[in-house]
Amino acid sequence: MSERESILGRIREALHVPAPVPGVHDHNRLAHGASEAEAAKHIPEWLPAVGDSFEERVELFRANAAELKADFRLLGDARELEAQLRALATAESWKTIASHSGEMTDRACAALALPRLATDQSYDANELERCDAGISECDALVAQTGSVLVSSRSAGGRALSVLPPHHVVLARREQLLADLPAAFALLKSKYGSNYPSFISFITGPSRTGDIERILVLGAHGPRRLTILCV
Amino acid sequence: MSAAAEQFKHDAERLTRDLRHRSLIQTALKKYEAARDAKKSRYRDWQSARQTAAEIKWDAINHLDKYLEEFVGKIEARGTKVHWASNGEQARQIILGIIGEKKARSIIKSKVMTGEEIHLNEALEKAGLIVVESDFGEYIVQLRHEAPYHFVFPAMHLVRGEISELFQKELGSKPTDEPEELMMIARQVLRGKYITADIGISGANFAIAETGMISITENEGNARLTCALPKVHIALMGIEKVLPKLEDLALFLPMLATAGAGQALTGYNSFYGGPRQPGESDGPLEFHVVLLDNKRTHLLADPEQRDALHCIRCGACLNVCPIYRNVGGHSYGTTYQGPIGSVITPHLRGLQNWKHLSYASSLCGACTEACPVKIDLHHHLLQSRRNAIAQRPIWWERFAFKGFGFLMNRPALVAIASKLGRMAQIFHPLVKGTRFDPARAWTRSRELPVIAGQTFREFWRSRRR
Repeated sequence: MSERESILGRIREALHVPAPVPGVHDHNRLAHGASEAEAAKHIPEWLPAVGDSFEERVELFRANAAELKADFRLLGDARELEAQLRALATAESWKTIASHSGEMTDRACAALALPRLATDQSYDANELERCDAGISECDALVAQTGSVLVSSRSAGGRALSVLPPHHVVLARREQLLADLPAAFALLKSKYGSNYPSFISFITGPSRTGDIERILVLGAHGPRRLTILCV
Repeated sequence: MSAAAEQFKHDAERLTRDLRHRSLIQTALKKYEAARDAKKSRYRDWQSARQTAAEIKWDAINHLDKYLEEFVGKIEARGTKVHWASNGEQARQIILGIIGEKKARSIIKSKVMTGEEIHLNEALEKAGLIVVESDFGEYIVQLRHEAPYHFVFPAMHLVRGEISELFQKELGSKPTDEPEELMMIARQVLRGKYITADIGISGANFAIAETGMISITENEGNARLTCALPKVHIALMGIEKVLPKLEDLALFLPMLATAGAGQALTGYNSFYGGPRQPGESDGPLEFHVVLLDNKRTHLLADPEQRDALHCIRCGACLNVCPIYRNVGGHSYGTTYQGPIGSVITPHLRGLQNWKHLSYASSLCGACTEACPVKIDLHHHLLQSRRNAIAQRPIWWERFAFKGFGFLMNRPALVAIASKLGRMAQIFHPLVKGTRFDPARAWTRSRELPVIAGQTFREFWRSRRR
């Protein structure tokens, strides 16, 4: 018998005796519906509140980003975005950048006119490590938590958004979602038939609290996270 | 007493008296409490969120065979190799086998508690491999050759001066008092290792049956680098990590962050659904998932305590536990410390040798209240006490309770006993605290309560007269 069969066998034997559902005294039903599937439907109702209008969501995202020490800027148009990006490049004296091809990234990187490492095809990780910034698009922004949702398909692979010291996210207004359940619904509708091998919710720059619970930014990933939204 | 029990008693006694240790832990946990309460208050209904989380986990664990098979089928369909290990030895052999096949030399690890559970680092080092922990706290305790102090905050027991001294000794760095500079030292050492390591080993916080993915929660980005740069990625996880649906994470990710560290969401929550797929530019070429039982099915077979497998390892029960806060993480001598460790360790390592942990509790219930998936922790500690006694009765305890029952059923004998007790108490100060004191276990550190001058029956009789 394979290990798989013996482990599954032990599980089935163990499950012969049913266990009570936590917090439920009538064992014929769950507290929030007839089944687990129904219980899960209520998730959005318990999570932190998010306003209905775009303005409320922007304000919530802004507040969350500030708390996380991420830099969020809502901009008028693509020209303004390019100007902001050039200002960042000057301020941090970027010499090389890394990016992937995309409508927003291509235009923004052209405006920067810096040597650019593309992560669309296989690349040298050492070269990516030496880049001053990684510029990527994203799948969505989540107002509820101040998160950026990326995937290997939307944001140039697994490492672009974590290896360079500054991660710049380019997003569009309509990508701002209310809450986490909406983000998961988006993942399902966008990728449901064939998910990318990597998906991540990025919530603020890389951080650690391992020394005396004191916040230190730039642990192993980027020290700075800038989100430019047009 | 088992060796583990003696060690626990010894270390707990020493650390309880260590005021410096206590103030260190209190400071760290006070910061956590303030942050947790602030974030918890943002939920529209935390209690309902807990109930829903508990029900989803109940469904997952009580249909574990079905969901595990679904998870394995889905993740294998995308080119992942899944391995099954009944115990630690098998898991170590599987991992060593993959490493040997790749002729790998260097390994970068992100935090994996199941690795601690099966002593993976020791096995890898014994095989002559170079293993580096990349989580900052884990890296520190690895350099110190000690176990994590807390399964969420591994280096919580150290102050910056101690870490600076450690880095000076082990890495030859300059002394510093700045947490940021200390982090930079580790960052620089570890950066190169991600790129040169042959294999990355990670754990998993959740496994999604519906889509065949593992989910990893972290703040530093070290796990993301571990899963992005080396050519081979091995994820080691317990079989209980399965969740039915991807959208269940919309609840579990924020609850894990809030209960565990007082965050709205942890820095990076990443899902891995296979090795590099066609058309992708990076990521490992091979992805292995090792599913570990290691007595989890033993816990599963106990319906009374089965919900301990719902645990998402947030560490909230440790943070609020008055015992943990006094005896510290190392005293437990277990992979998983605190109340959850006291509940599951007897199942994982044997009830008789670890039953003493069931008594390392004031039964205040703070752990149960803090648990985001509503595990009935403090009642499980009581059940473990009962189970340990039922399995191996203590003859003198049984005899004593029989005697007590006999006495209490006979009012005349009770009256005589209370009279004798009152008389004996007059002479008690003569022997109090000495080795002739029959109540010494109590009187060493406490006052014996005074027996009332009149029993209720005597009072009642005098009143009617």
